[in-house]
Amino acid sequence: MPADFPILSWITFIPLLGAALILILRVLMRGEDQAHLERNAKPVALITTLVTLALTVVLVAAFDRTETGFQFVEEAEWLSEFGLGYRLGVDGLSVLFILLTSFLMPICILASWNIQKRVADYMAAFLILQTLMIGVFCALDLVLFYIFFEGGLIPMFLIIGVWGGANRVYAAFKFFLYTLLGSVLMLVAMVAMFLQAGTTDITVLLQTEFARDLQMWLWLAFFASFAVKMPMWPVHTWLPDAHVEAPTAGSVILAGVLLKMGGYGFLRFSLPMFPEASQFFAPLVFVLSVIAIIYTSLVAFRQTDIKKLIAYSSVAHMGFVTMGLFAMNELGVQGAIFQMLSHGVISGALFLCVGVIYDRMHTREIAFYGGLVHRMPVYAAVFMLFALANVGLPGTSGFVGEIMTMAGAFLVDPRVAAGAALGVILSAVYMLTLYRNVVFGELTNPKLQDIADMNLREWIIFVPLVIATLVMGFFSTLVTDVTAASIGALIENYDAALAAAGR
Amino acid sequence: MTGEQFFSEIPLLAPELVLAVGAMALLMLGVFMKDEAKAASRVSFLTVLLLVAAGGAALFLVPAGGGTAFNGAFVFDPLALFSKLLITGAAALALELAGPYLKAEKLARFEYPVLIALAVTGMAMMVSANDLIALYMGVELQSLALYVLAAFNRESQRASEAGLKYFILGALSSGLLLYGASLVYGFTGATGFTEIGMAVAEGPSTGLLVGLVFVICGLAFKVSAAPFHMWTPDVYEGAPTPVTAFFATAPKVAAMVLFARVLMGPFGEMVDDWRQVVMVIAVLSMAVGAFGALTQTNIKRLMAYSSIGNMGWALVAVSADSLTGLWALLAFMTLYVIGVIGAFAVILAMRTSEGMVEQIEDLSGLAQSRPGLGWAMTAVMFSIGGLPFLVGFLGKLFVLYAALEAGLWVLAVIAVLISVVAAAYYLKVISVIWFKEPKVSFTAAPVGVSLIAKAAGASTVLLLPVAAVLFIHARTAGAALF
Repeated sequence: MPADFPILSWITFIPLLGAALILILRVLMRGEDQAHLERNAKPVALITTLVTLALTVVLVAAFDRTETGFQFVEEAEWLSEFGLGYRLGVDGLSVLFILLTSFLMPICILASWNIQKRVADYMAAFLILQTLMIGVFCALDLVLFYIFFEGGLIPMFLIIGVWGGANRVYAAFKFFLYTLLGSVLMLVAMVAMFLQAGTTDITVLLQTEFARDLQMWLWLAFFASFAVKMPMWPVHTWLPDAHVEAPTAGSVILAGVLLKMGGYGFLRFSLPMFPEASQFFAPLVFVLSVIAIIYTSLVAFRQTDIKKLIAYSSVAHMGFVTMGLFAMNELGVQGAIFQMLSHGVISGALFLCVGVIYDRMHTREIAFYGGLVHRMPVYAAVFMLFALANVGLPGTSGFVGEIMTMAGAFLVDPRVAAGAALGVILSAVYMLTLYRNVVFGELTNPKLQDIADMNLREWIIFVPLVIATLVMGFFSTLVTDVTAASIGALIENYDAALAAAGR
Repeated sequence: MTGEQFFSEIPLLAPELVLAVGAMALLMLGVFMKDEAKAASRVSFLTVLLLVAAGGAALFLVPAGGGTAFNGAFVFDPLALFSKLLITGAAALALELAGPYLKAEKLARFEYPVLIALAVTGMAMMVSANDLIALYMGVELQSLALYVLAAFNRESQRASEAGLKYFILGALSSGLLLYGASLVYGFTGATGFTEIGMAVAEGPSTGLLVGLVFVICGLAFKVSAAPFHMWTPDVYEGAPTPVTAFFATAPKVAAMVLFARVLMGPFGEMVDDWRQVVMVIAVLSMAVGAFGALTQTNIKRLMAYSSIGNMGWALVAVSADSLTGLWALLAFMTLYVIGVIGAFAVILAMRTSEGMVEQIEDLSGLAQSRPGLGWAMTAVMFSIGGLPFLVGFLGKLFVLYAALEAGLWVLAVIAVLISVVAAAYYLKVISVIWFKEPKVSFTAAPVGVSLIAKAAGASTVLLLPVAAVLFIHARTAGAALF
């Protein structure tokens, strides 16, 4: 790879090129040709996402793990006259999220192979979404970040609203307005930082010291956005609705990538830029995290809809992430990042598991199922792996993230870790109950008599996810090596800033 | 004024002269042509050219650097240039959109384009006004042409009602404006902005403040800011759709620029006095726009409330009273005009075999039946709403920047919170386009209309990387006052 090859721009915008191709044809073609386009949109989208994945793998391979600063930095004139610039770059905190996004996207496209309705628009929306998601993790400019961060709402709104379930319109509106309300306050805070520093360059802002009082306000404004996106209790209520109504691939992306943006935002902005405020508000975050872990686990236990159960379990798992992040020690932050990546794979896989039986039976009611193991042994095995990974079984990636965040929190406040540990038990309760009710027992429902086991396409979807879960579980250093240097620098700067402030 | 001086100042008025003389000539052409339909289409075409020529005159015929004419009553500065280009451009597009509609509705008459040209002449005067009398002249020339346009479909009761309503309320607001102007004159002894500015700097009196408030009220009516917005939904709904498209673009730009010029220019020293008034109007407009639009079922009424809300945003920029505020205002208005032109192009494409429809419900399933228009409407709606990644976002971003720079924290927070409410109704339109199944089938849209819709939709995305060009020009224009 030549040194000046703008690889991040390519990774970010290749999906957009695919989307543009599909959309231009969609607008120009008439009658019969539209039908051709509907058929060909899927391969086009698949190829686009695979090319993106290949480039991302090159990126991760070329990534220098010892470097603490930003790499592959690109700068271009955009609104430089006004302080805004087109700046991209990655460091140890962000590069794996790009990999996660690129990894999940081809799987999502494959999982959507059965979509019959308005395929071209569907694929275009997903590809646009991919550009925006990758952009979030690459952006080194505040406004650019916001554009990618908020822009993702638009394609997701369409995906939920057009291809979703029965109550999709309500869910789409709730998703959009809820997250927008959180984010507009962040926008005001961003403009305020822009005014203070005279630039929106994130690398400069990382060096800028904000006054303590201002930090408090800015932190709260960013918190409003990231807490909703995360989502943290008590602003999580949009998530179950959005998840339940979204099509399978939409749920995968929502749980796999969009939820990670909140955590990434804390890492990129709140912690390094407002250290004093972060320290001040850490107890608040701990309390909310523990409540999220315990309360939403209990709520998950009472669900009758499989997707809703997994959605609540996501909220609980995100509680581990916030807890680890605000512990602000090596273990906690490592664990939080690990947990986000692992949860991206596991929850994505769980939604795909639901998708498999939903595609066959068109219901997600737990009571409808039972005894699937008699007809779908392979499916039962796969589902079991991910259910246990979600519980945090050693050997799966779920274990590593949970244990690290809890250990990190323990160093700061043992009570927090104790609360979180209770959540681990509860997650076993609801996940195993779900698994028993759906997979084990007698096959009593006559409609399930002829249900078929996984087909080739589903095999292709699940194999990479199984491998990822196990590899991350056994060889967790593959991940932590990439992130370690950047996390070390982050914590060093954080402690230095606090020491300088005399706290 | 000597004759020599007069002739040396004439080139400053080149765009207005082109428009005025051209409008007269085209009126004569229309009168003397036998075939009415042919006259209408020819005059319409020539008027588009005339508007482009006026823009060209502003760019190339006016001496570089501009200057003032008529003892300072008329000014041509970069601000005037920018606004004139935007106004003529918007008017030309709106006129281009009107053709097929007027023909289909049997309204194609040559007076229509001529009235537009005259209204644009008035607007060009407005943005160049540097004197209360020039200001009033421009406003009245514009308004009188607009009253007639609102009632252009004289067979229709609603259009007549719209025209009459607009006229009566417009006359009232002109009265307020005039009364305010006379108070200002009374307390400063001058009508020229420069002289007023000097008098204000010496220390404003209470009488002057009262006069200023009346002037603000009059201008607020022209930009349809709350609480002077009552006429807007009715006029937007009642007037023929191309007229509404015109109302929502060029006159708003002219009135907004005039608003900024008056407040930031002569009354700049009194900013602490008028800022509160403008802020209240801004917040009210945003709130009325957002909450009012939520329950609308007619797309034109929805656009009316959307324009009220967006004028509230523009007034946020005005209340910043700074260079940033002014150029953010200009950039915001430009991006707003692009979005609105696109939205009205789609609305004008809403024709079934039985005639025009204008309910939001009629857009059901547009994304399926007409993917091009569906995507275009989605893009322009999000752009008008100021959501990223569409270019309208950048307009609102810099308005916010200006407000925070001026220390108006509370205003900025209120503005963004209301914008979430506003997002709900843009989403409502988009949800109808995307989430519902097609109900009515539209007849094929005229080529020009559909092209403008798609071009506007595409430009809301494609302008994002190159927005700097617009912003730099807006800043140059804004520097005229600071």
